[in-house]
Amino acid sequence: MAIDLAFAGRTYPPTPPYSVGREHLRDFARAVAATHPAHHDVEAARGLGHPDVVAPPTFAVVIAQRAEAQLIEDPAAGIDFSRVVHAEERFTHHRPIHAGDELVTVLHVDSITERAGLAMVSTRCEISDAAGEPVATVRSTLAVRGDDAGGAA
Amino acid sequence: MSRPRLSDLAVGDAIGSRTLTLERVDLVRYAGASGDLNPIHWNDRFATEVGLPGVIAHGMLTMGSAIGLVADWAGDPGAVVDYGVRFTRPVPVPDPGHATLEISGVVGAVDEAAGTVRIDLTVQTGELRVLGKAQAIVRL
Repeated sequence: MAIDLAFAGRTYPPTPPYSVGREHLRDFARAVAATHPAHHDVEAARGLGHPDVVAPPTFAVVIAQRAEAQLIEDPAAGIDFSRVVHAEERFTHHRPIHAGDELVTVLHVDSITERAGLAMVSTRCEISDAAGEPVATVRSTLAVRGDDAGGAA
Repeated sequence: MSRPRLSDLAVGDAIGSRTLTLERVDLVRYAGASGDLNPIHWNDRFATEVGLPGVIAHGMLTMGSAIGLVADWAGDPGAVVDYGVRFTRPVPVPDPGHATLEISGVVGAVDEAAGTVRIDLTVQTGELRVLGKAQAIVRL
């Protein structure tokens, strides 16, 4: 099934709130070898002015990927996940994420282009806190190989 | 922990380097912590069926592991206000065995007005660069 280019420009409704847990932040930090004390020790984080332990800079991908699933896992979009390769990722932090945050995400499909059997799907997740203040912007580009394209990166 | 001062920094300054090894268990740990259960990161049969040489590391594991160097140098992970990469080459993780990531960073730009510095990261496995245009903006 081909990718439906008409999904480009789509904006999804806000997700239910995602609760950022202290132990989950510690587990994620261990998984990416992030040893800075501010990820693990509440007092160390507070000493730097944070209200609780701080998320590693790429933690927002956990929240973003849940929102992106609205597009990726929609059969109508036609994205074959076994042919997907992650091409680009970028995080812009309007403020650090920390334990105790309740975060809501709005998914935007910024573009879908197709050339030479390769589709590029670019999404943007706007993550905000319970007060509606912006927290992070996560931009992701996936490359989806067509039926006849060989190889993988 | 002392933090670097913007006025002390110049383009080209090295911020340091580190070496990380990735084994299959590290991929499983990242899969669990991130919720990314794509089988190309833990299932050789699936990975080879889709044309890969075998199980490869999550691009996000490589990206996420590389920024620790910058967070530690900055003295506060919350100082990383922007971080972007291109995934240019997969990182195969053999079993038995491991992959090695060599991570280093230099000051790429200093913005006195904004109070930020751009760190350009190089991430290699062996002689091959696996991330392109890996740049972090740090507020100091």
